[in-house]
Amino acid sequence: MAETQNNSAALNVKNLSVYFGKNHAVKNVSLDVAARAVTAIIGPSGCGKSTFLRALNRMHELNPEARMEGEIHLFGDDIYSRNVGSVTVRRRIGMVFQKSNPFPTMSIVENVTVGLRLNGIHNRKLLAERTEQTLRMAALWDEVKDRLHAPAISLSGGQQQRLCIARALAVEPEVLLMDEPASALDPLATSKIEDLIVQLKKNYTIVIVTHNMQQAARASDFTAFFYLGELIEFGPTTKIFTSPSQKRTEDYVTGRFG
Amino acid sequence: MTAPNHNWRQFKNRLMQVVTLTCAVLVVAPLILVFYHLVTEGFSSINLAFFTQLPKALGEKGGGMANAIVGTFILIGEAALVGVPIGVLGGVYLSEYGGSKFNWSVRFAADILNGVPSITWGVVVYGLMVIPMHTPSALAGGVVLGFMMIPLVMRTTEEVLQLVPGGYREASLALGISKWRTIVQIVIRTALKGIVTGVLLALARVAGETAPLLFTAFGNLGWAHSLKEPIAAMPLLIYNYAVSPYEDWHRQAWAGALILLLLVLCINIGVRFMTRDRFKSNI
Repeated sequence: MAETQNNSAALNVKNLSVYFGKNHAVKNVSLDVAARAVTAIIGPSGCGKSTFLRALNRMHELNPEARMEGEIHLFGDDIYSRNVGSVTVRRRIGMVFQKSNPFPTMSIVENVTVGLRLNGIHNRKLLAERTEQTLRMAALWDEVKDRLHAPAISLSGGQQQRLCIARALAVEPEVLLMDEPASALDPLATSKIEDLIVQLKKNYTIVIVTHNMQQAARASDFTAFFYLGELIEFGPTTKIFTSPSQKRTEDYVTGRFG
Repeated sequence: MTAPNHNWRQFKNRLMQVVTLTCAVLVVAPLILVFYHLVTEGFSSINLAFFTQLPKALGEKGGGMANAIVGTFILIGEAALVGVPIGVLGGVYLSEYGGSKFNWSVRFAADILNGVPSITWGVVVYGLMVIPMHTPSALAGGVVLGFMMIPLVMRTTEEVLQLVPGGYREASLALGISKWRTIVQIVIRTALKGIVTGVLLALARVAGETAPLLFTAFGNLGWAHSLKEPIAAMPLLIYNYAVSPYEDWHRQAWAGALILLLLVLCINIGVRFMTRDRFKSNI
């Protein structure tokens, strides 16, 4: 199990393939996600980058047609081991989605603490502490501290997305997956999310799927370029954007296709 | 500068407007007529005695429908106990679990059951409960109304759960919340108003049923002392009074019908009230 493990890697992905029925969506991808760093996944639509991301916390299993091969280890633990449930994996690897989805029946504070409460944690002091701590981490505290009990859907789109990030952080995951977290937001809200990502990497390992090349260049340390389900190139972001070794990567990052 | 057939087109336009308006009025007219008729015929018989006294002996004047009013509420309560859990949980299964083939057959069966004549339900429960128990009973009456509610509640529950965006399920599962907690605390909670609406409408629908009660609840001129005895219900008493030769009973039948209509109206208004801000947040 531990033969090729890099100590600074949070996730080791080895020969990962994902199928939806007969469609081979991710093809034999191997890469190591560095701990406490931001790894961006880029590529044109339909290249399998979202599927790859969802396989990292077993969210692809929601599709009954989905099937995977290969191995993924989270700090050495096989997340597809028989005796590990998807619920356990998702507690350690959180996710933020493209469309902000705060629960409409809950207030701001209820949204932040929902992951803890529904996993049996009801200590008020702890919940209050975690609420402030994660809302501060999500750079939302100052904007909502006077109306924590207002409905979550009364927030603006950008605030809702930061609330979703706070909600994901509140269960203290080791890795945070982000699936185009800013693509539905205006430029100002987008730049707030990007600043936030750079802040969060001090404590978290982040994998972000993005369509926005500038975002990948600004916010990430490592970049993986996917094309037609294959990992074409993976390396430090500066190298991918300035001197990629593959022609297809260069064409994509310079906007010649995709 | 009018087109040659301008007048003709304008006439056609008016004509269609009048035709559709007439049809729209025809939808509302029966309700107004029924309500007007019930009020003029029945309102005078509504008094305190109507709600507090038992029916008087054959042909005697006065008396009330207290037992039938209470009986109807007991039957509705029993029906809810049978119909709501099975209907709601069945709807949850259809929406959140299950293979498509099995679900298709359940949906198909539920749609067929929704179209089964209510007297047929009465016969079924007569065979299932009344014959083995050797007597009609409040229990059998409640069960038959509950059976009728199941497919109604199941289909509406499934439909409102399907309206909950998949993103909420994903967000919850991604927080490491288990599937059943996600369903109960996130999905059902988001759709709760819709589910309650479906339940109330199903209750309103069965509250006025007469046919299935004829040989299950059977009716009772006094109080039922246990659920194993026949019980009075407003639709049954209205039916019995209406076909009787006594003027006073006719008036009471009108009054009973008015009360029953008001009950159904109250449930419907309650539903409107509950769902009035549906576009603000919930489904």
